[in-house]
Amino acid sequence: MGHKTALFDSHVKAGGKIVDFGGWDMPIHYGSQIEEHHAVRKHVGMFDVSHMTVVDVLGPGAREYLRRLLANDVDKLKQAGKALYTAMCQEDGGILDDLIVYRMIDGLGQDWYRLVVNCGTREKDLAWIEKQSKNFDVQIAERPQLAMIAIQGPKAIETVVRVLRKAESARVESLSQFEGQFLQKSGEWFVARTGYTGEDGLEIMLPNTDATHFWQQLLDADVIPCGLGARDTLRLEAGMNLYGSDMDESVSPAESAMNWTVVLDKEDREFIGQSALKAEKENGANRQLVGLVLEERGVLRAHQSVLVDGVMTGEVTSGTFSPTLGYSIALARVVKPVGHHCEVEIRKKRHTVKVVRPPFVRNGVKVFK
Amino acid sequence: MSDVPGELKYLSSHEWLRVEDDGTAFAGITEHAQEAMGDLVFVEVPELKSTITVGEEIGVVESVKAASDIYAAVSGEIVAINEELEDSPEIINNDAYGDGWMFQVKLSDPSELEKLMTADQYLEQINEENE
Repeated sequence: MGHKTALFDSHVKAGGKIVDFGGWDMPIHYGSQIEEHHAVRKHVGMFDVSHMTVVDVLGPGAREYLRRLLANDVDKLKQAGKALYTAMCQEDGGILDDLIVYRMIDGLGQDWYRLVVNCGTREKDLAWIEKQSKNFDVQIAERPQLAMIAIQGPKAIETVVRVLRKAESARVESLSQFEGQFLQKSGEWFVARTGYTGEDGLEIMLPNTDATHFWQQLLDADVIPCGLGARDTLRLEAGMNLYGSDMDESVSPAESAMNWTVVLDKEDREFIGQSALKAEKENGANRQLVGLVLEERGVLRAHQSVLVDGVMTGEVTSGTFSPTLGYSIALARVVKPVGHHCEVEIRKKRHTVKVVRPPFVRNGVKVFK
Repeated sequence: MSDVPGELKYLSSHEWLRVEDDGTAFAGITEHAQEAMGDLVFVEVPELKSTITVGEEIGVVESVKAASDIYAAVSGEIVAINEELEDSPEIINNDAYGDGWMFQVKLSDPSELEKLMTADQYLEQINEENE
């Protein structure tokens, strides 16, 4: 028996097929993973993502500490509520986790930050975050009392706006991409225009005690409950990495198509892993993460071998059948250089695949060339 | 609980076989198998007129989450294949024992049927898997 989110009973009631996910009992689907996938691309679906770990960083040293801890620079967050995607690296530049950091402001005008990290890496992350905070004037507080619901799809925002009270709705409608807001000054409800699907949508953190009622309100508003299966096909179509599959401690951001999240050239800070990543940049990373497309029959899957000119040069890190496109797509880490085509070995047979730059799908339509 | 029709024969690897009076048999995968795999996206069945041998891998079903090999329950010649599955593999999800049949085989050695599982034996196996 694993951990259960506040919404566990709601999942069982809705016919969710429960599986173990990083120690949590979570729904993989509620009947049809493909229908759930299409619901998000065409209308609106929702995911229970309460298993993710929320960590608040408070205190006068918070900014300085996070500029040390994270490969992206929290100074890019010009106003409260803004969010940033970043890697957290170890000294050798290997990726410990990827996470979202929000800049917040308290009633006294003091900045604080909220991190949302992966559930499978929770213990490792918390230990690292704690250890690195020793020389900074900060307090670290995990927030297990929060549930999180992601509402995603072209109709996500208008549906949530209908469900919330009027004063709250105005705040939600005014959010720009990658921005969040607390709904009440003293409240715990935090609504952000973020997601992991390649569609517009919201991620809402709320107290565990409010979760069941809100989930039911969304169901009543015709939001389709979606499981982790659809979450995976959606994120892969959107070209988004999954920690543990597409990256881990053994690879750097440059080898994981995450260079855009690394700020190497700021002279007023030194983040953990910086010197290793600088050296890698000077020498050039020798591997890269690319997108693969198989237009014939068959499904690309993690750990299949990738061959360039007949030589094995890497492997698929995530692969699936793309419900939106009707054929298989994948992310693969390969030795540079790789041309416009390569081969993947599926059940001992080699198939020619196209090499593309992810994402594959955004806002319901194919975007790669 | 999954449906396990009493008149069919089964393999422990979740294939079913429906023996006809004319010495042929229809084959597919069980309701339990399609349920475990989830939405199917590709199905590969043996070629028409090819010969299959009991126990060999003769095809594959792929769902969004996994691929699973199909094994021959009996030996014989493939006399029909379900061409609908090429474009609509979800037929198996909707009707595993009916419209979701995969191929029809002319038995070359009917005594092989004795080695297959009965519905009760198969049901017992999947109940154990669920425990």
